[in-house]
Parts: sequence; C-alpha cells; structure tokens
Amino acid sequence: MLALSTRELTKTYRNGVQALRGVDLDVEQGDFFALLGPNGAGKTTLIAIITSLVNKTGGTASVFGYDIDKELERAKSCIGIVPQELNFNQFETPLTIVINQAGFYGIPRAVARVRAERYLKQLQLWDKRNSAARGLSGGMKRRLMIARALMHEPRLLILDEPTAGVDIEIRRTMWDFLREINASGTTIILTTHYLEEAETLCRNIAIINKGDIIERDRMGNLLLRLHTETFVLNTRGVLDAAPETPGFALRMIDAHTLEVDVSKDQNLNELFALLSQRRIEILSMRNKVNRLEEIFMRLVENRTAAGAAG
Amino acid sequence: MDDATATAAGSGPPSMARIRWIGFSTIVIREYGRIVRIWGQTLVPSAVTAMLYFVIFGNLIGRRVGPIAGFDYKQYIAPGLIMMAIITNSYGNVVSSFFGAKFGKHIEELLVSPLPAWIIVAGYVTGGLVRGLLVGLVVMVVSLVFARLEVHHLAAIVAAALLTSSVFSLAGFINAIYARNFDQMNWIPTFVLTPLTYFGGVFYSVTMLPPWAQKVSFVNPILHMVNAFRYGFLGASDVHVTGAFVLMSVLAVAMFVFAVSLLDRGVGVRD
Repeated sequence: MLALSTRELTKTYRNGVQALRGVDLDVEQGDFFALLGPNGAGKTTLIAIITSLVNKTGGTASVFGYDIDKELERAKSCIGIVPQELNFNQFETPLTIVINQAGFYGIPRAVARVRAERYLKQLQLWDKRNSAARGLSGGMKRRLMIARALMHEPRLLILDEPTAGVDIEIRRTMWDFLREINASGTTIILTTHYLEEAETLCRNIAIINKGDIIERDRMGNLLLRLHTETFVLNTRGVLDAAPETPGFALRMIDAHTLEVDVSKDQNLNELFALLSQRRIEILSMRNKVNRLEEIFMRLVENRTAAGAAG
Repeated sequence: MDDATATAAGSGPPSMARIRWIGFSTIVIREYGRIVRIWGQTLVPSAVTAMLYFVIFGNLIGRRVGPIAGFDYKQYIAPGLIMMAIITNSYGNVVSSFFGAKFGKHIEELLVSPLPAWIIVAGYVTGGLVRGLLVGLVVMVVSLVFARLEVHHLAAIVAAALLTSSVFSLAGFINAIYARNFDQMNWIPTFVLTPLTYFGGVFYSVTMLPPWAQKVSFVNPILHMVNAFRYGFLGASDVHVTGAFVLMSVLAVAMFVFAVSLLDRGVGVRD
C-alpha cells in the first residue's frame, strides 16, 4: 500500500511563483523516505499541501488511499507533521501542548496523558514538562515538535528539517529514535539539508528541484551512480611533494594531507600498494564530501544547466 | 497501528463524530485555561470599569439625570453595563486568541488536524462565550452592590446574553482572520465596536434623543441587544423585543456561516 501518492500536483502562488510543476510521487508504506532539494525547490510546499496548510492549484494527492479532496479528515488523521519552523504556543508547557494536540486528533485525555509521559520521556523532555515552552533550548523545542507529532500515533510521519540547528549528539539520539519509530511500522518522510542524515536513515529518495522531481530511486542505487569519489588521506610522515602513483593523480594539500580522485573501475588496494612502495604511511582516510551530497549537487547542477541551455 | 487513532479507542478507528467532539472540547478547555491563566487581563478589568461607571455615571451624574422609564438611573444602566462587558470580552477573547495563534503560527496545530472548519470556529466561539458570560457574571455581582436587579424574564436574559456573546465572538473571529498585524486587530474595537456600544443605549434611553437620532440608532444592532437584555431585568425596552431576538439569531447564523467559509477557504491562514 502507498502511504503517499501524488499525481500532477501543481502549485502556483498568488505572486506567480510556480512552486510545484506536476509532481508525481509515491512513497510505500513503512518506508523511510528522503525528500531532498535545494532551498525553494518545493519541498515545504509539497508537504504543506499534503497537510492542508497550503491549497493546491491542481493535481491529486492521497494518504493511505484517502484522497485529500474527498476524505481530507481521514487523510489528516493518518499524518503527523514536524514542521521546519517552531509552531507551538511558547507560553504553554510541553505537557499541555502535547495533550492538546492529541485532543485535536480525537484522543481522549486519559490516553493522551499516558502517551505524553511515554513520548516526553523517550525524547528526554519529561523533566521540562511543566516549564514554559519558550524557555526550552533549540534542541528541546525540536524534540517537543516530534513528541507532539507522535501523540496520535500517525501512520505517516513527515519531518521537515527536524534536526536543523541541533547539535550532533542530540541529532544522533534523534536518529536512533526515528529508526525505532520507523521499525515499529510508521512511514517516515524526511527533508533535510544534512545529506549525511538522509544517507544514514533513508532507504528511498526523491530529489526535487524547481518544482519538479528530478530523481527518484533507492538510496543504494543512487549512490552506485557515483563514478568518482574524492578521498582525503592523512600521512604519518612529512611530505615534500605529492608522490607519483601511476593511475592515481594525488594532490598535496599540506605536509600531512593528500587528496585523490578514485573512479569506480579502480581499487584502493592498488593505491595503498603504491603508497607503501614509496614508504608513505596512511594514518586515516575519509571521503572529501558526503557521497549523497556529491550526487545531489551534480543532479541539481545538471538540471540547472539544462534549464539555462533550454 | 492500523489506524491513526485506532489505539485510542481500543477497537477500530473512532468515528469522525467522536474525533470532532473531543477536538471541540479540547479547544474549549484550552481557551478556558487561557482565560483563567491570565485572569488579571481577562476577568478583572471589566469589573473595575463597571465599578467606575457606577460611581461616576451612576452616583454623580445619575442623580441629575433622574429616573428613566420609571427606573432609578443605576438600575437602568446596570443591564447595559453587563451587556457591554459581555460584548467587549467575547470579542476580545476570540480576536486575541485566534490572532495570537496566527501570529505565533500555532494555529497550524489545528489546521493540520482532522477537525473541520466549523468545529474550529465553534470551539473558539464557545471560548468567547465562556469569557463573555464569566465576565458578565462578575459585572452582575458588582452591579448588585450599586443597584437593585430583579429578574423579569429569565429566558430573555439568558438568550440575549448567549446570542450577543456568540455574535461578538464571531465578529472577533472574523476580525482575527483578516487582521495581518496587531494594529488591524484593534481597528474594529476602536473605530466600530466602542462607538456602537456607547451609542447603543447603555447609558440612556433612545427616547431621550431627537427623532432623526432615534432613527439612526435603530440601525445599531447593539441597541437591540442591550434593550432585549434590559427587558429581561426591567421589563422595559426601547425596541421590539421579539424583533431584537430575530435580529440576533439571524446575525449569529449568518456570521457563523461566513466565518466557517472564510476558514474553510483558508482566508488569512493559508495560501
């Protein structure tokens, strides 16, 4: 079953900006799905249409088979949304915010209280349950929005840049939590600017640019399309110049750092063998840029160039 | 989790009617919590204002005005003062609460929920009713210190209070829908509501006005509301009481339909 399906979804704002140009998108039930795109690509508009915060101009969308034009209330019952911007009452307490949100979805208060305790504890907010929300840290506010979105136990959880501005430790805790939620059967759609986050968490991906879906594939397939990767090597000894290694164009960055492009038909064993022959010890190695980031940039740039040429 | 809310009900998805009822109650409980939390801003000011009106208009000026329609001046203005408090508080509660939710973006909590527009409007209007009637009760208690109030027609009192509070809660909602900033939120109360209230027969009988001014006054709906309410206490009215209730009912229904249609179309809250 499809958790989300859109066909020919279009949106033109009153100022003439065409935010979506006929988006066709399917997300399978149970998926952990990344929706990526540069700023202004249409991600937030797409999410806002699905959650009825923005009126669409044309096309159709359905959530678990409920058409948002015909069965909007049923469709909305299935969705939990964590928006990009903070949108809770800063003067209320976290406990009040999550219990009220459950009520808006028809969850009785007794049930809501039990769930509030569970989710606020899981997201490490229980100690702050009676403090005014405006006093919470940035990371806590983000986690509060996740707790709020889970109160009616949605079948589809949409997270619009949930970890923006959150430190790496909390971000990783949130990743673990989201993995658990997904493993328990909740479909998750994630938009993020941290491509490492999408690569780590998501199984399928769509890239949207200028209102069009320009790529839709499994994460693994997409990463396989990367023909060349750039690695950064840290050496133990001091280098005077980049060593000559036939087949590999090493570049010296500084006295302890080399950079090399490795294509898919080469292997790193050869490179290490050549470096060993030259008595160069490698202490560590990393990708220069995140692999998904590299593909993402290429796809978006190619499309932009094609658009300019056309 | 076979359905979004299946686990809440225990067996199968809850009916939309149940979701709507719980959603509606939640909005009302939240509004009530807000009214009580900031009681110094919501419940007290009208009591102080009413006290000042009784002291200045009732005691000092009222003695020179003399009786109106056979009633002591303080007794005559008491229902009007209660009604004035109901009007301003019903209006003020909804306009500030809904505009605050728009401004703080937490209106999105409701917009993404499965609650239909009419439930959201009904919830906010009930919040306005709660505050309007609570403040009305407070002002009535203050009035009892200064004037003798008797019940002539209880149903007229209750119906006039409920209908007037609904009409002005809806007016506050519509104002909040259109308002884009805090200035616009205050335009209607300052330039429309206050003049209409003061010219609505709270402090005087329209029979004291010249004929042309009497004719103009009858266009003012607040005159009819105040007089219908006053009729409940004193049995005296400057307007046709049945006509006043018809007017209030028509206004309430028309404004409810209009407010729901605005929210349904997303005017002022979604693009």
